Parts: sequence; structure tokens; C-alpha cells
Amino acid sequence: MLLLTRASKRAIRSEVNAVETVKRKFTAAELQQYKKRSMFGEVWRNYKKSPSAMIGLVVLVIIIAVAIVAQFIYDYDTDIVQQNIKERFQTPSAEHPFGTDQYGRDVLTRVLYGAKYSLAVGIVSVAISCVLGSSLGLIAGYYGGFTENLILRVCEVFAGIPSVLLGIAIMSAFGQSIVVLMFAIGLVYVPMFARTARAAVLPVRDQEYIEAARVSGVGDLKIIFGHVLPNAMSPIIVQVTMGVANGILTASSLSFLGLGVPVPAPEWGAMLSGGREFIRDYGYLTLFPGLAIMITVLVFNLMGDGLRDALDPKLKQ
Amino acid sequence: MSEKAIEKQKDLILDVKNLNVRFETDDGIVRAVNGLDLEIERGHAIGLVGETGAGKTTTALALLRLVPDPPGVVECEKLELDGRDVLGMSIKELEKVRGKDISMIFQDPMTALNPVFTVGDQIAESIFLHEDVSYVEAQKRAVAMLELVGIPGERAGEYPHQFSGGMKQRVVIAIALACHPQLLIADEPTTALDVTIQAQVLDLMKNLRQQYQTSLIMITHDLGIVAEICDEVAVMYAGNIVEKGTLEDVFNRTKHPYTEGLFNSLPNIRDRKAMLTPIKGLMPDPTSLPEGCPFSPRCPYAGEDCTAPQVVRNISATHFVRCCAYDRPGFHIERKER
Repeated sequence: MLLLTRASKRAIRSEVNAVETVKRKFTAAELQQYKKRSMFGEVWRNYKKSPSAMIGLVVLVIIIAVAIVAQFIYDYDTDIVQQNIKERFQTPSAEHPFGTDQYGRDVLTRVLYGAKYSLAVGIVSVAISCVLGSSLGLIAGYYGGFTENLILRVCEVFAGIPSVLLGIAIMSAFGQSIVVLMFAIGLVYVPMFARTARAAVLPVRDQEYIEAARVSGVGDLKIIFGHVLPNAMSPIIVQVTMGVANGILTASSLSFLGLGVPVPAPEWGAMLSGGREFIRDYGYLTLFPGLAIMITVLVFNLMGDGLRDALDPKLKQ
Repeated sequence: MSEKAIEKQKDLILDVKNLNVRFETDDGIVRAVNGLDLEIERGHAIGLVGETGAGKTTTALALLRLVPDPPGVVECEKLELDGRDVLGMSIKELEKVRGKDISMIFQDPMTALNPVFTVGDQIAESIFLHEDVSYVEAQKRAVAMLELVGIPGERAGEYPHQFSGGMKQRVVIAIALACHPQLLIADEPTTALDVTIQAQVLDLMKNLRQQYQTSLIMITHDLGIVAEICDEVAVMYAGNIVEKGTLEDVFNRTKHPYTEGLFNSLPNIRDRKAMLTPIKGLMPDPTSLPEGCPFSPRCPYAGEDCTAPQVVRNISATHFVRCCAYDRPGFHIERKER
């Protein structure tokens, strides 16, 4: 006790005071605030800090809003696909801000209306590949050994085939429709999700709380989807946002090749393809759908980056 | 009734005969548990003592049939829990037994709770799985369990990171005892806690154990904890029990040279300047155990007879030792005087 200097005594006293202040009763409002900081709230707080991610989110909301509103103000038969040869190849003007195409259709209307194809294909196909791929990856990572080898090797074989080529093969085998397109792109990205999920499972699998769940008599399937998955979620969420961007690009590529959404639907890739012949004289025909694809893909990438940072505990302040 | 008849009627909660666990790795076969026999009577608490790597945790996992396979291989003559054969159970039956009849408390409360679920949900899950109740009912009972281990029930909606280490260990205990198991395995439950919290947690375990008549296997390397909470002690060395008896037997009538070494290496509280007297040498490499008694290379009493396979020697009805030196006429160990 004699060894205690005055300074250290003071330090101890202030610590005791600190403990006493902590002991005071919290008001109900304080407790409420404390409890409300769920995982989602925490991620959102971090996400908000990144301006580029917020721009991405805002623009995405605008794109979705446009895609929905366009369904109600434009009539598919008269505004989108009806040809009007008298007004073909008009350069951008007040009446037609994005000009008109070779059949005299308003490019702006078509671009706005076409948002729904890209979004739908991107989101649905990623949902398919996320569910399939993540399940495979979770099972591979959790069980390890032969199961893991089998799943990963098969995935590698599929990943070895260029995505557009695989898409072409599936589209030509099952016929050209938007549903087949969604499944084709969904299947193309299964290996990516399987590998991401497996890598995310590995560190979680050996945690003591998984062992504890097993000791409590929880079954394997419930452990995988109820205990492992929630802890391995963040890389998968990031992969989803990035995957939507990739899915939109692949869908547009396939449409550009004439294998995606059937014409005359105003899918952006198909519009690019249609404007390609006139690129020398009427560049705006490819410019605007191209810009639309670029912005949408960029938005998803910005969000993916923001989410990745927000979900990374090392970057948390 | 003769003494033998009484012995036969022992109410055993756990009966293990000749348990062997080995891990077949690329670097050789690791023999973690070698021919272990263990009997635990209903309501008794047994302390499993031994240094790191003696096979204590592996034994516990083998009882739950949770040794990772591959590389682990478990061989056992008899493994009965409350008279039921655990060895022959299917996965489904095992899942019903785990958490319901036998449950486990882990060493590190920091990692034994799932960070993404509230503590209430984690306690309720075990109840919901094993008892025929609705989820709401399970939640209510989870809150009651929390209160039982001394945590205000309104904190059931909080996440593990909002609790301190000692409180987390209480939550882990609440999960383990949620379904009132007949056998509780506590794997160094206080190692990660500081001394004051240790005392609280031990006190809690002691009370709850008496309340529910739970049998306990306390895995530890702290002889003090054993003295406080257990009825019997089993000292493990290199995958086998070298001495087993009541607290009195092992602490006061120590027979095995290794147990003697353990007691001698305790610091002397009355003479603080005294040098520590550790057991010389290191635990043998489990990939190449010495022939005969695994302790013989470090044993001060080792003789030529030690290379022969060791047999169990009964000292009394409750006390046995696995040491051949007692065949020598007049052999006794020299436990340091205090």
C-alpha cells in the first residue's frame, strides 16, 4: 500500500468515481436509445457516413421510382413499340430530349420504360444465384472434406466457362424469354456466391458458439442456416449488390447479341444493339441506353462498396 | 445386505468403459484418450484434473459424441448415460440427448455465445428444441432462467456484447441448465474470469446443482475449485485417469506420484520466499507415448517395472490408483510437509 504514489491514488479515486457514475439509474429514454442500436441500425449509421454510397442509394431509389412510374404513364403498345416512320432519326430536341430511333420511337420513353427489364433481370437472377450459391457454399464450408471438394470442383468447372458463353448456351437450349434469361444469369453466378459463402463460413464454423449449439442438440441444417449464416452474412450481402450490377451487364450483353429479352421490348442492351448500325450518323441512339446501363451498374457498385465498408467491423469507429 | 450388493445397486448416471480417442493426422496418430473408465453416481460432482493436453476436454466431447470425425476416432466398450446406450444412438436421438440430458459449459464465455442473437433467444432455443412448449412460453422460461442466474429479466432482449464476461458466463450456465440436464459438463468454466467473478460463478453453480440434483463433471486444472465444488476427483495424465477417489482420498491420502507432484508444485502460502517445485520434464508427446506408465520418464520413483502395462490398484472402495510401484514392498510416496 505504501508503494502507491499520490498520482496512482488519484487515479484509483477517479476510477471509483467513474464506477459510481456508471451505477446511476439510466432514464427510460436512455435505455431505449441503447437498446435500439441493433445490428441493422449500426450498419446504417456507418453506411450514411460514405457520400458516394449515399449517392448510389439515392440514385437507385430514383431509378426504381422511374421504372414504376413509367409503367403507369406510358402505354406499351402506343408509346413504346408503335412505329412512327415520319419522325425517324430526329436528333435530341425539346419534343424528343433523347431523339427518336430508326422507327421513329421516342428514345427517352423507351429508356425510362426499359429500366424495369434491367432491374427485374438483375434482381431476380441474383436472388436465384444467391439462394442456390450461398446454400451450396454454406454446406461446402460447414461440412468440409469430400462434400466441400465436390461442390467447389463442380463450381470451378462452371466458373471456367465464360459467363456470356454459358448464358448463350442456356438461352439457346431453353428458348428466348425473360424468365429463361433470369434463370440463365442466375445459374451463371452460382459459383461466385458458392465461393463467397464458403469463405465466409470457414472462420465462423470453428467458433465455440457453433460447438455450443451442437452441444445443445441443434440439428445440422438449423445450425447452418440459423447460426452460421447470420454470422457469415456480410460478404454475401456485398456480393448481392455487386452481383446485381454484373447481372444487369450480362443481361444487356445477351440482349445485345439478340439472345436476351426479345425485341421489340425496350431492353437497354437490345436498344444498343438496334442503334449499332447507325452509330456513325446517329450516335445518340447508343449513347442514352449505354449511359442508362452505366449509371445503373455504377449505382449498384457504389452501394456495394459502401455496404462492404459499413459491414466491416475493422473500419467501425 | 452385503457390501457387494450395495455396490451393484449404485445409481450411475454415467458409465464409461475403456474409452479410446485418437486423432489420425498426417503427422501421425495422436492418442488423446487411452482406455479411460469413468463412473459417476447420480447427483455427484467429479473433478477432472490434469495439465493442458491431458485429454480432459476430448473426454468430455467424446461423452457427447462430438469429437470431430475425421480426424478423430472414438472407440469405447461401454458408454451409458442414465442406463441408456449412447454409442448405439442415431444422430436424431443424440440431438435429443444433447442439451436435454447432458449439457456443457464452455471455457470462454466471450466466444460461446452467438453474437447475432439476443441472450434470451439463445436460452429459449434450447428450451424450445427439447421441451414441448410454444416459442412464447420458451421465451418466458428463458427470462426466468436469466433471473435464476442473477441477471435482470429485462435484459433478455440484449446482445452478448452488451454483457460483461462474468454475466456472459452466467448466460452460458443458464443455457446449459435451461432443460434441467441430468449431467452437466463444465469445461474450465472459470478460467477466463477474474478471481472475484470466479467465486460468484462457482457459488452459483454449486447452488443450482443442489437445486436441480444435477451430476457434474468439472474439468479444471485448479485444485482449489475442485476442493470447493466436487465430491470426487479424478486426476488425468496423458489420456487416462491415474488416480481417482473422494476429495479426502486424493487430497489427504495421495497415492500417485503425479498427484503428489501436482500438490507439491502449488505455491506455499505460508512461506512466500519458497521456490516452486515443479514436476520435472514435460508431458509426453501424444503421438509417441512411452511404454507402460506414461508418467514414468518424469517420475522420481520410476523403476524397471514401470514399462509394463499399468493396472488399476484399489486402495479402498472409493479410491484407486494406476501405479505399479505399490507392488514393491513398503512403497510410499513422500508428500512434502506443509
